[in-house]
Amino acid sequence: MNNIFAIANVVLKEMYRRKDFYVLFFLTALLTLVMGSVNIFNDDKIVRYLKEICLLLIWVSSLVIAITTAARQIPAERESRTIFPLLAKPVSRNQMIVGKFVGCWLACALVLVVFYLFFGVISGAREHFWPVVPYLQALFFHWIFLGIVIALVLWGSLVFTAVSSNATICFIIIAGIMLLGGHLNQVAGRMHGFSATVTSVIYYVIPHLEFYDLRDWIIHDRGIVAWGPWLIAAGYGLIYSAIFLCLACLAFRRKALTL
Amino acid sequence: MNAVVEIKDLRVEYPSRELGQRTKVAVKSLSLKVSAGEVFGFLGPNGAGKTTTMNVLLGFVNPTGGSASIFGVDVREPIARQRIGYLPELTYYYKFLNAEELLRFYAKIFNIPKSEREKRIDEVLKLVELDHARTRLIKTYSKGMQQRAGLAQALINDPDLLILDEPTSGLDPLGRMKVRDIIQRLKERGKTVFFSSHELGEVETVCDRIGILCQGELKVEGRVADITAQYQTNLERVFLKIVGYENA
Repeated sequence: MNNIFAIANVVLKEMYRRKDFYVLFFLTALLTLVMGSVNIFNDDKIVRYLKEICLLLIWVSSLVIAITTAARQIPAERESRTIFPLLAKPVSRNQMIVGKFVGCWLACALVLVVFYLFFGVISGAREHFWPVVPYLQALFFHWIFLGIVIALVLWGSLVFTAVSSNATICFIIIAGIMLLGGHLNQVAGRMHGFSATVTSVIYYVIPHLEFYDLRDWIIHDRGIVAWGPWLIAAGYGLIYSAIFLCLACLAFRRKALTL
Repeated sequence: MNAVVEIKDLRVEYPSRELGQRTKVAVKSLSLKVSAGEVFGFLGPNGAGKTTTMNVLLGFVNPTGGSASIFGVDVREPIARQRIGYLPELTYYYKFLNAEELLRFYAKIFNIPKSEREKRIDEVLKLVELDHARTRLIKTYSKGMQQRAGLAQALINDPDLLILDEPTSGLDPLGRMKVRDIIQRLKERGKTVFFSSHELGEVETVCDRIGILCQGELKVEGRVADITAQYQTNLERVFLKIVGYENA
């Protein structure tokens, strides 16, 4: 555990010393504040649109941060050869992968806390209503979602050589799952034969990332999500993160250390 | 004397990228022992298999045949690396960290208690003469300073065995002299040093014994004085002869 947290600590330091997060937070804040300063059509419920835009920006920004941070971890270590002095110490390859995962995941937790605090303050100031528990549920679900993304991207960084190709492919896969994943069973129902089977298999194999998107729930103030399904979904997300991490560890086991 | 490094019949093969050749042999039938407190120079032309041998000792590469152990522990066990310090050739350390943070990170990996950690960082930074630049980001260091930062990370756990891969490569004469002085001081403190180098003068000055590797095979092994006496010439001529330079 000591090695894992030491490696994770370096990832955290890297995250807060790079400009990525600050730029994305500044852009999110700027766009949200600009949108919040106008009252289009004198709509009383304009705050819902503001919340929707702010949450969309938070989702996009956090996804970009998670993918770019996770995608460069292992390739950067290999390219700059820092992997050699690290693995020459009593650190196993598995510990390195898990350390990178924990570091990226904790970095994303920090990012989400800052983003959701901003969101909470903005929406609370406009609505005079502070639904803390649903916001915390949404934040935690968002974090679980990013855990799956980070584990997937880390595995991808050991399969694809270039950071950019891994980031692009992972972004497309994640966006695809978010947009279509939940509807694949309906699509399969309208198909016949082999293609229907393949689509059904894909539906059951992919991680259903759309479970973790509580944006509508928050925008329409639907209250607290029932704790039972919430915990099951959290467990489901953790299992998928563990599966992708295991795949990353297996891919790294025989991988050459140089690019 | 106890063997700190022991290599027996080591063979390493890589998949070949050349047409019609499935594997390429990087090291063949290499047997070697390095005793405690000894400074062993590992010489050979580029591509001779020096770095591959070091990579086996550090567990980066699995041998195709034979075995290698450090302090009697198989090199594939992570615990074998507990008492090792390693300086790779041409490494760029985390550019967003300063020397102090870099050493703290590696000290944590070795589980050095917090109370000892800072003292050890001070000692090592003084030894490599980077005390004045400890809070500067590593990306602002000169090449010589980066190499000394590398040496500092290799020494953070007060290792009993140091494996140095061309520690003076690319350094100016002053930088080389500083690295050489550090190796001398470590030798005086009874540390075992296993290092590869192309600087034969440096090897003659520092090493107790040397081994010359060529095309994956250990051609010569012994004390520098004995080898030069046997070939009746200086180390440079011996090296050129062994690697097959015809005019030598």
